[in-house]
Amino acid sequence: MFHGFQFVKMSSRKSKSNNLIHAEYLSQVQRILRERFCHQSPHSNLFGVQVQYKHLIELLKRTAIHGESNSVLIIGPRGSGKTMLINHALKELMEVEEVSENVLQVHLNGLLQINDKIALKEITRQLNLENVVGDKVFGSFAENLSFLLEALKRGDRSSSCPVIFILDEFDLFAHHKNQTLLYNLFDISQSAQTPLAVIGLTCRLDILELLEKRVKSRFSHRQIHLMNSFGFPQYLKIFKEQLSLPAEFPDKIFTEKWNENVQCLTEDRSVREVLQKHFNVSKNLRSLHMLLMLALNRVTTSHPFVTAADLMEANQLCSMDSKANIVHGLSVLEICLIIAMKHLNDIYEEEPFNFQMVYNEFQKFVQRKAHSVYNFEKPVVMKAFEHLQQLELIRPMERTSVNTQREYQLMKLLLDNTQIMNALQKYPNCPTDVRQWATSSLSWL
Amino acid sequence: MAYYPTRLKTRQTYSWVGKPLLDHELRYHTYKEMSVKIEGGLTEIHIQVGQFVLIEGDDDENPYVAKLVELFEDDSLPHSKKRARVQWFIRFCEVPVSKRHLLGRKPAAQEIFWYDYPACNSNISAETIIDHVQVVALGPDEVIPVDLKNEQTLFVKLSWNEKTFRPLSPELFAEFDQPQEGSPRCQKPVGAKTKGLGSPTWTTAEHVIKRIESRHSNSKSRRTPSHPVTPKAKKKLELSSFPRTPSTRISQQNSGALLDSPGRSKRKVAFSEITSPTKRSQPDGLHTSSPALKAPQKTGEIQSSCAKEDKKASPDCHRILRTRVPALKTTEISEERTLTPLRGGRKSSAVPSMVLKPENIKKRETEEPEAQDETTSTPHRIRRKNSLLTMNRIRQQLRFLGNSKSDQEDDEFLPAAEISDSGSEEEETSTPPLARRTSSRVSKNLCSSVKSSFQTPSQTPQKTPKPSTPRHATPQIRSRNLAAQEPASMLEEARLRLHVSAVPESLPCREQEFQNIYNFVESKLLDRSGGCMYMSGVPGTGKTATVREVVRCLQQAAQANHVPPFQYIEVNGMKLTEPHQVYVQILQKLTGQKATANHAAELLAKRFLTRRSSPETTVLLVDELDLLWTQKQDVMYNLFDWPTHREARLVVLTIANTMDLPERIMMNRVSSRLGLTRMSFQPYTHSQLQQILVCRLKHVKAFEDDAIQLVARKVAALSGDARRCLDICRRATEICEFSCQKPDSPGLVTVAHLLQAVDEMFSSSYITAIKNSSVLEQSFLRAILAEFRRSGLEEATFQQVYSQHVALCRMEGLPYPTMSETMAVCSHLGSCRLLLVEPSRNDLLLRVRLNVSQDDVLYALKD
Repeated sequence: MFHGFQFVKMSSRKSKSNNLIHAEYLSQVQRILRERFCHQSPHSNLFGVQVQYKHLIELLKRTAIHGESNSVLIIGPRGSGKTMLINHALKELMEVEEVSENVLQVHLNGLLQINDKIALKEITRQLNLENVVGDKVFGSFAENLSFLLEALKRGDRSSSCPVIFILDEFDLFAHHKNQTLLYNLFDISQSAQTPLAVIGLTCRLDILELLEKRVKSRFSHRQIHLMNSFGFPQYLKIFKEQLSLPAEFPDKIFTEKWNENVQCLTEDRSVREVLQKHFNVSKNLRSLHMLLMLALNRVTTSHPFVTAADLMEANQLCSMDSKANIVHGLSVLEICLIIAMKHLNDIYEEEPFNFQMVYNEFQKFVQRKAHSVYNFEKPVVMKAFEHLQQLELIRPMERTSVNTQREYQLMKLLLDNTQIMNALQKYPNCPTDVRQWATSSLSWL
Repeated sequence: MAYYPTRLKTRQTYSWVGKPLLDHELRYHTYKEMSVKIEGGLTEIHIQVGQFVLIEGDDDENPYVAKLVELFEDDSLPHSKKRARVQWFIRFCEVPVSKRHLLGRKPAAQEIFWYDYPACNSNISAETIIDHVQVVALGPDEVIPVDLKNEQTLFVKLSWNEKTFRPLSPELFAEFDQPQEGSPRCQKPVGAKTKGLGSPTWTTAEHVIKRIESRHSNSKSRRTPSHPVTPKAKKKLELSSFPRTPSTRISQQNSGALLDSPGRSKRKVAFSEITSPTKRSQPDGLHTSSPALKAPQKTGEIQSSCAKEDKKASPDCHRILRTRVPALKTTEISEERTLTPLRGGRKSSAVPSMVLKPENIKKRETEEPEAQDETTSTPHRIRRKNSLLTMNRIRQQLRFLGNSKSDQEDDEFLPAAEISDSGSEEEETSTPPLARRTSSRVSKNLCSSVKSSFQTPSQTPQKTPKPSTPRHATPQIRSRNLAAQEPASMLEEARLRLHVSAVPESLPCREQEFQNIYNFVESKLLDRSGGCMYMSGVPGTGKTATVREVVRCLQQAAQANHVPPFQYIEVNGMKLTEPHQVYVQILQKLTGQKATANHAAELLAKRFLTRRSSPETTVLLVDELDLLWTQKQDVMYNLFDWPTHREARLVVLTIANTMDLPERIMMNRVSSRLGLTRMSFQPYTHSQLQQILVCRLKHVKAFEDDAIQLVARKVAALSGDARRCLDICRRATEICEFSCQKPDSPGLVTVAHLLQAVDEMFSSSYITAIKNSSVLEQSFLRAILAEFRRSGLEEATFQQVYSQHVALCRMEGLPYPTMSETMAVCSHLGSCRLLLVEPSRNDLLLRVRLNVSQDDVLYALKD
């Protein structure tokens, strides 16, 4: 840490002389790194999935070169690099000379192609089949289906161009009516027709249970699992690699300095603590990217290198409790209402409450003990109560109907006791009696 | 009545008077006047267009009366090249007896009626004209003069349209004075009139044909591409039922009819084919007698006419031409070559095409016409075989008739028509495209290609690489530029054989089922009756494969004439968007027609419930039957009802997964029609699976014997799904290949490899997923377990779990988890389905459940 600070001082002294050049470099650094964090470029390296990668690439090559039909599911939690894996594999596949001109790709996403009708049109469009004019696909759903099936049926292993289907959010396709699309894709991949590679990407571990028995039988049951199976040392390595500048960066000296700084960071104890904490919460690489992005945003000309403090700050931002933040912005009256609700919860064991009960509790407090809190009129308290509802800190049990009076509508508090107490501690200028009241409903006795 | 000399008594010589007028568009000669010389006598009668004439018929006393509309020469006919178009009149005695009362009065002796019946042929041989006659039109109020002095004068007062007598319309009335040039609307039934003309062999059936054809020519508006199927089918039928008639008429009719019928591209084909390669000196065959056409054409214009014809005709013609080369032996390939450049790059958009084909093929055709010969003619080989017989018969006929040149043409024409009719399906798939059309056209093509699924007509031309073909016209995935590599090693070979798509030489372990189905279908074929059969079994037990094998064997048997020929259709419930679409599919595959679901149902019902002339049995395989279920069950009802009709000759084989499907989802009347011919495919036992594997790997030694036995037992214990078995083995070969150090000699697949493959495919990934999840996720799972244990329920709200979680973290010295973090962890676990969670809008109150057993979680969290 000490070393890092010294380094920063040194470089900031330097920066006074050639401030402009630094600014240019920094904007370039930020552009490169942000691109790396936000886009899943297939140029970055893969971590810890070499076995899976090999399996996938061999499979794709067999489809592309030998015309062997295959189907495979890539399963892994969100942010485990499924799309990255397939993109890498496709990129490598397309670099093979005998393949590049020989393979058609169809990319579908369950969130976009929400039913088979749309999916069929999209497939036809991407395959650029005959009933596509411009970007429009003609014909009814039934026509499109029979057209596509016919098109795929007429091919055979040795002469037809293999088609690689990539179905993102595969589980959503399983919810389509009758699973027609999946049945047909898998059926073709299991019969002597146009060679297909059907690759499904999903985060659901129970995906096979979603498939209908006929569809399931036709699926080859190949599964590639991506599990984020790396440990913390590797996580550190990823961190370093993600933050380092590439060798192609124009200014060699700056690159050297930057990378040296990154190396220092990985050795820094507080940085390691931050990373360990982050790693404990989630192994997802996207959350690491988020952390690095927040830290990177603090880099300016006067502060040209990422420091441990930046990372700590970023980590705090990441792990911040959003509801506690809302509570910090509430008025004293609203805080009082929340405390009243907390007491009601304690007394009645999580039973729902209504406005009248909360108001009574608040009245008790104001009348007996409070010196600092003004005894607001009921409509004002009601307004505050409604504001809490708008902030979704409280939630009605049933839907609001015209018949029920608002005072008596049953509500539930969406804040935990610990949350309330933590928020109160940080609440600026909290009156002492309110704070005391919060600790115990009987404090005024 | 007056006596008119007819041909029976004296000979007459007919000759044109005046110069022929050449109609450039239609290429035949029209004349204004004709002279008739009666042999023996010196009288010469001049008959001009616009005059009223008497035409010889079967009644010498009352010859037919008509107005001459046009005189022209048609060289396409053997005997009577001189043709005339007339507007018929009808005598009262010619009106059917049953209709005579409609006149309501006694007709005058010399009264005739304007014959207003469009279905009647107006095209006659000019040599049947006897004399001219005087016809006077009378207004509705005028009285027919009873003056009998001039018997030659006839009177017209009313028109007759086979239904009612009507007064002459004023336009008609006015027309009587000036010569008519427009196309006539009124004609006379040829059947009775033309008897005893040129050919003595006319039968009534022929007239039927003629009438139908002339109807075609009359209803000549452009039809949609899907339409011509019906008329063609009809024609084919009739032509084949009278193949022996040297019918000059038919061809004449055809040529007339087809020039403006939508299918003309194909017919023209026939013409150009005849003219161009044989290089006749007359432009015969191009002369047609269609009512709309008139143009004289100088002889010796073949070249240009060929070219013209060529321009009009679609490339089909060349296709057909080539197809017929071996059959006719008169055509020469060198001639074709001279034709090909003409065709190059020409796109005949004017002619509606039946079919589309990849443009690339067409392009290639233009580039290398020689190569085209072999490639294009191959798909026709099969169809040619069929039509060869008919053609030979017709040619025999020809020789027998001692034909003139034109005679021969006619007969050549016929087989061509026959070919294009009988082979229209195949042809459609293989003819090059004329223009890229809309989707309706495309799907038309689609359906036709379905039928020819046993042939792969366009395979051959596609194998060769083409430079750049951006678009593909048929429903087809583009072909690859480089040929697929063949398996190099033993393992690759094994993998190829183990792929589910690989079709084994025989289906082991299903001999009994095969025999049962075969016997069932064969008996129905032999009995010429229909029936239903229901097959059930879990997925991957070889139901569809067995039925396909049966059909393949039966088709071979049909070729060897052991069983009657039949048509095989396959539909799959899963490949339909909606149950009623099954009608559309069946109709398309049966006839190539395209219709909406309702219309298709009607057409099919009509087809199956009425007696057909072609008594071919249809074998229909309905796969995934359960998906054809509808509320009213009308689809299933129809499918099972049709076979019960004797005329239908329909054998329905149905496949579904559940054994009791008929009882479970079908109404009584539906399941009753399905009958009790049931068969259930049991899941394969381990020995059967082993046999299947051994059979597939017959000549490939890639697996240890133990390994095969292991996988067979594993799969038999799990599901008995043969597909699974094959997939596992395939994966095992891959593992074997990866794990091997030396890539060139990988060795055999061992038990270890197979076990790994089985593990990969069947092991639950939940435990690994939990093991690899982050610390906070694991402690959240622990908190859930703790909460479950505390409450004794299998469900908890997020709030409860959160408090447990906080406590756990404190115990384990982890930093305090904030609510947001914990919520993120919870939803992350929910998205993997390790947990079942409610939607997150419930926030603290959302309920959480485990999707894995608690023991599994505990096991995974042990270390």
